[in-house]
Amino acid sequence: MREQTETAVTDAPDVAMRDASAPARDTRPPRRARGGRRLATWLWGLAGIVAIALIWEVYKLLGPADGVVIGGARVLPRTTDLAMPHVWDMAGRLAEPVTRSASAQPLWLVIVLAALTTLGIAAAGWLVGLVVGVGLALVMQRWRIAEWGLLPWIVLSQTVPLIAFAPVVKSWGSRVEIGAFEWQDWMSVALIASYLAFFPIAVGALKGLQSPDVIHEELMQTYAAGYWQTLVKLRFPAAVPYLLPALRLGAANAVVGAVVAEVSTGLQGGIGRILIQFAGQASGDPAKAWGPIFGAVVLGLVAAGSVALLGVILKNYRRTEEAA
Amino acid sequence: MSEPQDASGSRQDRPTQTTPAVEVHGVDKVFETRSGHVQALESIDLTVAAGEFVSLIGPSGCGKSTLMRLVADLDEPTAGDLAVFGKSARQARLDQEYGIAFQQAGLLPWRTVAGNVALPLELHGVASAARASRVAELLDMVGLADFADRHPDQLSGGMQQRVAIARALAEQPRLLLMDEPFGALDEMTREKMQTELVRISAETGAAVVFVTHSIPEAVFLSDRVVVMSPRPGRIREIVPMRLGAEAERAERTEELREERAFFDMVTAVREALHGGSPVGAGARGVETR
Ligand SMILES: Nc1ncnc2c1ncn2[C@@H]1O[C@H](COP(=O)(O)OP(=O)(O)OP(=O)(O)O)[C@@H](O)[C@H]1O
Ligand SMILES: [Mg+2]
Repeated sequence: MREQTETAVTDAPDVAMRDASAPARDTRPPRRARGGRRLATWLWGLAGIVAIALIWEVYKLLGPADGVVIGGARVLPRTTDLAMPHVWDMAGRLAEPVTRSASAQPLWLVIVLAALTTLGIAAAGWLVGLVVGVGLALVMQRWRIAEWGLLPWIVLSQTVPLIAFAPVVKSWGSRVEIGAFEWQDWMSVALIASYLAFFPIAVGALKGLQSPDVIHEELMQTYAAGYWQTLVKLRFPAAVPYLLPALRLGAANAVVGAVVAEVSTGLQGGIGRILIQFAGQASGDPAKAWGPIFGAVVLGLVAAGSVALLGVILKNYRRTEEAA
Repeated sequence: MSEPQDASGSRQDRPTQTTPAVEVHGVDKVFETRSGHVQALESIDLTVAAGEFVSLIGPSGCGKSTLMRLVADLDEPTAGDLAVFGKSARQARLDQEYGIAFQQAGLLPWRTVAGNVALPLELHGVASAARASRVAELLDMVGLADFADRHPDQLSGGMQQRVAIARALAEQPRLLLMDEPFGALDEMTREKMQTELVRISAETGAAVVFVTHSIPEAVFLSDRVVVMSPRPGRIREIVPMRLGAEAERAERTEELREERAFFDMVTAVREALHGGSPVGAGARGVETR
C-alpha cells in the first residue's frame, strides 16, 4: 500500500505537466488504438503480478531457509512455509472457510465484507477531506495573506503523526455528545482518514485554482464577471487537471489512514481489525494472514480507480488550448 | 477616389451617436518595475468617434497594447483622462460597452467552439434559446458553423482566432477593441477576415480600435491610422485615410487593394512611421508588405 501511495505521488506533477505541454492538435490516437492501449495497460499489470508471484516462488525454492543475514540484519526473509507460504496456498486459502466451524463463511467473503466496511469509512473520510481541502484552497486562493498564513501550517500538520494518536482521538470523540448526535467509533477512524486525505487535495486544489492564465482572468474581467462567476466558469474547470491526481492521492491516503486507524483504535468490522486478528493466527495458519493484506491492496486500487473514473467523466476539462 | 474628409472622422452625423466612443486626454502611463520607471505612454490625445475605425500602428514596444488595455480598464493611466462613451473606463467595462479580442485567442480549452462564443452571453444571463441562435449566427459569420462542437485544441491557430473574434462580437458592442487579431492568420484568411471586419463594423455601426503591425492592413481597414513612436510611446501622427468612409466603407472590396489611392496611403503611413523622412531601407518592427 505504501507502494500505491508512492506511485500516486509521482503521478501528480507528471499529469499536470503533460497537460500543460500537450502538443499540437489532435494527438489523441484513433479510438481503436486507444482501446488497444488500455488492453496493453491491463496486460502489463497482469504481467507484473505474475512476475512478483514468480520471484516469490523462485526465491522460496532457491533461497536459504533462514533468509540472508548481513551483519546481523536479515535483508531477505526466511523461506519457510511459515514466513513465505506458497502463492497457491495463499490463493487457495481464500476459498476455504475462515474457521473450522460448520457455519463459517469463506475467507474471501469475510475479507470482502471487511474491505467494504473500511471502504465506506475511508470514503467518508475522503469526502470530509475533499470539503476541507477545497475549502482551504478557496480561502488561500482568495486572500494571498491566508495563503502565507495557512500553507505552512497545512504542511506542518502532516508532520504530526495523528495515526499515532488514534486512541487519543477516539477518546476525544467519545466525549462528544450533541443532542441526539453521538460520536461513533468509526467516526474517529474516518476523521484520521480525512486528516491524511485533505492535505494533497488542499495543495492540488490551490495550485489548480491559481492555474488560469492571465489572459483568461482578464477576459473574465472584461466581462465584468464577479468572484463567483469567475470561480464557476474559469477557476474550477481550470483546476480539474490538478485536482484529479490530488483526489486520487487523497483516496489512497484515506484508505491507508482508515486501515491503520482501525488497527490502532481496535475498531471492529474493518479490514484493519482482521489484519491483526489473522496475523495472530499466522503460526497455525500462515496463508490466512495474507488474505487481508491482499484485500487491503485491492482496496487501495479500487479507491484510486474510482477517482480515475471521475477523470474519464471530466475528460473535456483536461484539454489544453493548443499553442497554435 | 472620393472627396477628402476631415481628420476627426466623418461619421458623427448620426444623431444618436454624438458622444465619441473613446476620448483620451493627456494620458501618461508609467510602469514601476524593479529596474526603474518605464514610460510606456506619454501625453496621448486621441478621440475615436462613434462608428469610426481607427488603427494603431508603430514599432514593437511603443505602447499600443498598453493604450488598448487602458481603454479596456485592464490597467489604469498614471495621469490624464480617459472616457469611453462619456463614462469612465471602469463604468464602460461594467456596462459592457466594448468587445475585445486579444492577440492570443484566449479560448477556454474545456469549452467547445460554440461554448466559447456563448461565454459572454451566458455570463450576462441571456436565455439559452436566444443564446443558441446568436451563437449559430456568429459562427456562420466567421465560417465555423461546421466546427461548433469541436474543442479549441482541434482547431488551427487561425480558426481559434476567428472564434475569439466571434466571441468579441457576441453582444454587439458599440466599441470593438482588437489587438493584432489577425496576426496568426495566413494571408488569404487574413484578407477575407479584413473584408469581413469592414462589413461587420459598417453593419453594426461599431467603432473599432485596431492594433496592427501591417501598414496595408491598417490602410485597408481604417478611417484614420494613428502612427506611434516608441520610448516613450507617443502619437507621432494621425493619418486620415481617403479611401471613402461613409457608405463607401461597406463597399471596400478586394479591388481597393489594387487602386492607386491605396498605395498612396500606404506610402503616407510609411513616411509617418519613419518620422516624415523619405522611407529608406530597414523599417524597424513594422511590416511593409
Ligand atoms: N506590465 C508591465 N510592466 C512593465 N512594463 C510594461 C508592462 N506592460 C508593458 N510594459 C512596457 O511598456 C512598453 C509598451 O508595451 P506594449 O505592450 O504596450 O507595446 P506594444 O506597442 O503593444 O508592442 P507590440 O507591438 O510588440 O505588441 C514596453 O516598453 C513594455 O516593456
Ligand atoms: Mg502589443
